[in-house]
Amino acid sequence: MKNNLQFDFTVDKAAKTVFITREFAAPLSLVWDAFTKAEILDQWIAPKPLISKTKYQNFKVGGKRFYAMVSPGGQERWAIQEYTSITPKTNFKMYNAFADKDENPELPGSDWDHNFSEENGITKVHITIYNESLERLEKIIDGFRQGFTMSMKNLEELLASQPLSASSQK
Amino acid sequence: MRRDIFQAIADPTRRAIITLIALQSMTPNAIADNFHTTRQSVSKHLRILTECQLVKQEQQGREIYYSLEIKKMKEIDKWLEQLRKIWETRYNQLDKVLLTMKKQKK
Repeated sequence: MKNNLQFDFTVDKAAKTVFITREFAAPLSLVWDAFTKAEILDQWIAPKPLISKTKYQNFKVGGKRFYAMVSPGGQERWAIQEYTSITPKTNFKMYNAFADKDENPELPGSDWDHNFSEENGITKVHITIYNESLERLEKIIDGFRQGFTMSMKNLEELLASQPLSASSQK
Repeated sequence: MRRDIFQAIADPTRRAIITLIALQSMTPNAIADNFHTTRQSVSKHLRILTECQLVKQEQQGREIYYSLEIKKMKEIDKWLEQLRKIWETRYNQLDKVLLTMKKQKK
C-alpha cells in the first residue's frame, strides 16, 4: 500500500529551491492537522533518534512555533517558524530560521510554502523551500548527525568501561 | 565568513566558469577571453569560487591555473542525498502517526 504513494525530492541548486512532494493514505483534514498542530508535528518531524519539542505554537498569520530538535544526549537545536500566510486545508507559508534557546534568530532563514490537495482519499502535500542555503543544510544535517554520533559515543564509552578479557590477559 | 556554495553556483557567470574549467585547467586570462566582462570581474568570480573550495589554483611556471574541485561538487550531492533521506524518514514516521489518527477517529 505504502509503495504506491508518490515521493519526489528535487533540488534546483541554482535557484536555491527544494521541492518535496509526498502522498499520504489519509484524508486531507488529518494530514492538515499533522502539519499544523504542534502536538502532532512533534510526533513525526524529528527523524529518530532525535525528538522534536515545541515550546509554544500560535498557528495564525504572524504567529510562531518555537521548537527544538533534541538529540539522545540532550543537545538542543532551536528554530523559529513564523506563519506568513494561511488558507485553511489548502495552503500555509512560513519563514523558518535557526535560533538560540532565547529565541534570537540566526538569519537568513528560508521560506516554506505548503500545498495540500485530496483525491480519492489520498492527500498530496507539496512543499517548496525557497532560499535554502547549503550552509543551512550542512547545519541541519550536522545537527542530525551529532544526534546519531552522540548515541554511538555513549555506546563506545559503555563498551570501554567493560574490561575485555582478551586484553587484560598479558 | 565562510561562503555558501549555493550562493556561488547561483551566479550564471560562475556556473559558466565551472563548466569551462571542468574540461581543463585554465589561466584567468584564458577564462576571461570567454566572457564579455573585465578581467577584474572574472578574478572576483574566481576568488569566490576558490573561497568555496569549488576550484583550486595551481602554479605552473609564471602562470596560475584554475581547475575544478570535483570532490567538492560531489559533496553537494552527498548533502542533498542526506537531506532526502531525512525527509523520507520523517514522512515514513508521519505514515504511522496518520494510521494511528485514523484508528482513533473510528
